[in-house]
Amino acid sequence: MSWLTKTLTSSIGKKVLMALTGLFLCTFLVVHLSGNFQLFKNDGGYAFNTYAVFMTTFPVIKVISYGNYFFILFHAFWGLYITYKNKQARPVGYAVTKNQSSPYSRNMAILGTILLVYIVVHMSDFWYKFHYEHLPYVQYTEQLNTGQITHAAMDEGYTQDVKKLETFNEAAGTRIVVVKDLYKVVSYAFQNIGLVLFYVLAMFALAFHLVHGFQSAFQSLGLRHSKYTPLIKGISVWVFGILIPIGYAAMPLYFYFFK
Amino acid sequence: MSNENMTIHLKVWKQKNTGSKGHLEDYTVNNVSPDMSFLEMFDVLNEELIHENKEPIAFDHDCREGICGMCSMYINGRPHGPLEGVTTCQLHMRSFKDGDTIVVEPWRAAAFPVIKDLVVDRTAFDRIIASGGYVSINTGNAQDANNLPIGKERADLAFAAAACIGCGACVAACKNASAMLFVSAKVSQLALLPQGEPERQSRALSMVAQMDAEGFGSCTNTGACSAECPKEISLDNIARLNREFLGASLSKPE
Repeated sequence: MSWLTKTLTSSIGKKVLMALTGLFLCTFLVVHLSGNFQLFKNDGGYAFNTYAVFMTTFPVIKVISYGNYFFILFHAFWGLYITYKNKQARPVGYAVTKNQSSPYSRNMAILGTILLVYIVVHMSDFWYKFHYEHLPYVQYTEQLNTGQITHAAMDEGYTQDVKKLETFNEAAGTRIVVVKDLYKVVSYAFQNIGLVLFYVLAMFALAFHLVHGFQSAFQSLGLRHSKYTPLIKGISVWVFGILIPIGYAAMPLYFYFFK
Repeated sequence: MSNENMTIHLKVWKQKNTGSKGHLEDYTVNNVSPDMSFLEMFDVLNEELIHENKEPIAFDHDCREGICGMCSMYINGRPHGPLEGVTTCQLHMRSFKDGDTIVVEPWRAAAFPVIKDLVVDRTAFDRIIASGGYVSINTGNAQDANNLPIGKERADLAFAAAACIGCGACVAACKNASAMLFVSAKVSQLALLPQGEPERQSRALSMVAQMDAEGFGSCTNTGACSAECPKEISLDNIARLNREFLGASLSKPE
């Protein structure tokens, strides 16, 4: 075995891989949330729909997103593998246990499995539809002198070869953009109370997974010191345990109650 | 707290030998003084069992003053019982009430097979120590005091790590039966001091390799080990072990 495989398959190395992929996924969550905040803009989905095109066409982002898919799968299955190995370390359990650790830190694999199911549902709801299904198109008309944007749905059978068709009408002084209306798909999906509840509950799983996971990643990497560990733990609770899950949960709730 | 003697009901793990299947057996101990230690209560029970021509309960013990690390009972779901920072021998019956039922189990880990009843084989720890938990320097005569200057903070950290008595409560408490707290304390006490410096990298690598070979689990950073440790070994040591191991993996000359 080379020194690298030996290191990465040791009990510490296994956790280092979990920590590194986990922290990558944490940064993804921040980027994904900030991008998706455009759903709250009251512009008929212009900002969100053009952002969706940018995220699926810009080469750098495409490379990162393939990395992201890989890291999600790696983190999930490597985590399940470690959990399986850890279970083998105690073949006979206790009759009585009074745990002195937090329930979420002991159940990261269960929380993670809920999140994996959530990711599959989430991607088939939007990512799969955006890439592989026929979506309605929407046309945005921007008045170049005022910057005002109006939108109109295209005919049902309309389709185009490019993801974003941009034309200028110089006589009328307008810029016309035609894109897939993912915003409408999102808005429609979140009229289903079952899906809204599933999304919100999944965010609870996310919150508990990250309250432990974010700070635990630093510990696995050996980054622990009274100088900065309190800050890491604070970020773990307030940013990853509270703000980010609330931000995500706000989206289905917003569409269900206000759209 | 009462000075009256108590009646205690016990459910104790009985297992004939490593290969056999064990079970919880019920016992009742009368006239238990609140001033007895938990082990003394077991002594009283075993005396009675011997008088009744029954088999006494096998359990580990030695110094009975909290420094040898032999006593190893998992009491009501917690290694070394309900108190913080004490071993089973330092736990007294005044921590329980008259009529209580107490469940006593052995440490549970693949790497700690049960020898009999509450006695487990902890030689896995010895093998980890033998793989690198020492300083192989010919020390010669005793040196003059203060020959090797060591800062107070460092000395304190090394001392706190060296307080580990190797009882295995960390393994017993951990949901993964991980030995990380033990190994991290043993690596830390030497890594922090100049005497440990020459073998610092090989020590971290060998001890982790031996820990894995023994079948202990990985660390999930739940903190249960440190919470249950009778010597209150800090999780800082686990972070240090991670650093020592990763640093050695990346930089040790071949």
